[in-house]
Amino acid sequence: MAEVRAEMTANVWKVLVAQGDTVADGDTLVILESMKMEIPVIAEGGGTVSAVAVAEGDVVQEDDLIATVD
Amino acid sequence: MPNSLLNSLLVANRGEIARRIIRTANRLGIRTVAVYSEADADLPFVAEADEAIEIGPPQPADSYLNASAILTAAAQAGVAAIHPGYGFLSENADFAQAVEDAGLIWVGPAPESMRAMGDKIAARNLMSTAGVPVALGTPEPVPDVFQALGEAQRIGYPVMVKAAAGGGGIGMSAAHNDDELKAAFETARSRAERFFADPSILLEKYVPVARHVEVQILGLADGRIVALGERDCSVQRRHQKVAEEAPSPAVTGALREQLLGAAIKAGEAVNYRNAGTVEFLLDTASGELSFLEMNTRLQVEHPVTEMVTGLDLVEEQLRIASGLAPTFDPDKLPPPSGHSIEMRIYAEDPKRFLPGPGAITDWVEPTGEGVRVDSGYAPNTTVTPFYDPLLAKLIVHGKDRSEALDRARKAVREFAVAGPKNNLEFFTELLDNADFVSGAYDCKIVDRMRAKQP
Repeated sequence: MAEVRAEMTANVWKVLVAQGDTVADGDTLVILESMKMEIPVIAEGGGTVSAVAVAEGDVVQEDDLIATVD
Repeated sequence: MPNSLLNSLLVANRGEIARRIIRTANRLGIRTVAVYSEADADLPFVAEADEAIEIGPPQPADSYLNASAILTAAAQAGVAAIHPGYGFLSENADFAQAVEDAGLIWVGPAPESMRAMGDKIAARNLMSTAGVPVALGTPEPVPDVFQALGEAQRIGYPVMVKAAAGGGGIGMSAAHNDDELKAAFETARSRAERFFADPSILLEKYVPVARHVEVQILGLADGRIVALGERDCSVQRRHQKVAEEAPSPAVTGALREQLLGAAIKAGEAVNYRNAGTVEFLLDTASGELSFLEMNTRLQVEHPVTEMVTGLDLVEEQLRIASGLAPTFDPDKLPPPSGHSIEMRIYAEDPKRFLPGPGAITDWVEPTGEGVRVDSGYAPNTTVTPFYDPLLAKLIVHGKDRSEALDRARKAVREFAVAGPKNNLEFFTELLDNADFVSGAYDCKIVDRMRAKQP
């Protein structure tokens, strides 16, 4: 199981995956926005998305859980 | 009000630039009014203005981009004028018009001049007619990928794909073949819609090895245009500037004459008034210049021009907006004195340049001869994720480039920031980079520095 966490304080701009989706290594799961920049959050390994912890418009802090990929 | 300086000013911006404008206005005895979002209540610019009015929640659309909230604040405070700074509403011609319609002075160009330069395609066409050098490109918006491919054939690869209404490098990318163009076109169009609410796309001949040079102009109250020398802004990451210098190490004699002359022509073509910047690409191989765009406002990097001219550009802006003559004799412009370098201290990591907001726990600004810091923050303030990552501008001046480099190295060492991420380490590296030190660098210098990383 791989937990994907936020690298910085940011707003959640787009959630591109849903629970149950199959993703490959390097796929973009979520796009964050911080300080006028889009920051893609990438899967660091393939698998099935078992949970998405954020919704579009949320504010995340550094180290907050974004998604879990099994 | 003939022959007197405006007496009160609302600054429709935040952070370092709001603070910098307020500093000059305070010195000139002008009453200052800051507007701020809920996120910025504790920042220095709010405390340093004579009066401060909260205009909305943190999101820029609800505060610093909220024209009606700003106009309401201006009416409430009874100010004579509005200074927009840079970014936010500074290049919004409708806002400038609304300010003038409300009977207030807009510290900037006429709305028509802003419109003429705001659309990059129209601006390119206009500049071409005015005799300003322009790169080969599309004279009309490119509606779809199919036409983009045809235009690229005509112009010849590589081409640069840009949002016509854009700025700040957003949505911009180079394409070397049809496949890259298809991808670049889609990216540019989605970014253009999202950031600028205008999907118009422009293709332009791409110059692979180039420097970004720009000219500071002032459109005086009597209608004359003067050029206050150039700045070199070739140190960029993601097509966004991180360090600038004046004068440009690549511009001498005849080229400077050509560059400044082209900038004056550009200003004259739109009856430009107040401070503006005409940006050019300099092809380092051929020495050819081509017009990029004109920024119809005060520029982030204006301090390097101030350091070598001895002028206060905000003061000149306020005088022009009041209908007054400048502080200097336009017929006897002083030659630039010495050399100045600006470093943008960003809340981002020095390797990948990803933003890292946070609470500031330690903040020590360098001081000393030839050192200036324009900062937006102070100890115990917080850098939030809502706005651009600029923490401060570190500006140095020396009698020549070598002294400016020495002062920059020392000042970077003495600058201490803890809490948010910061890119000070990047500048330590830049100031020892052989190409930067020699002055013989181009817009790819940062990419090259990072390509060497393990």
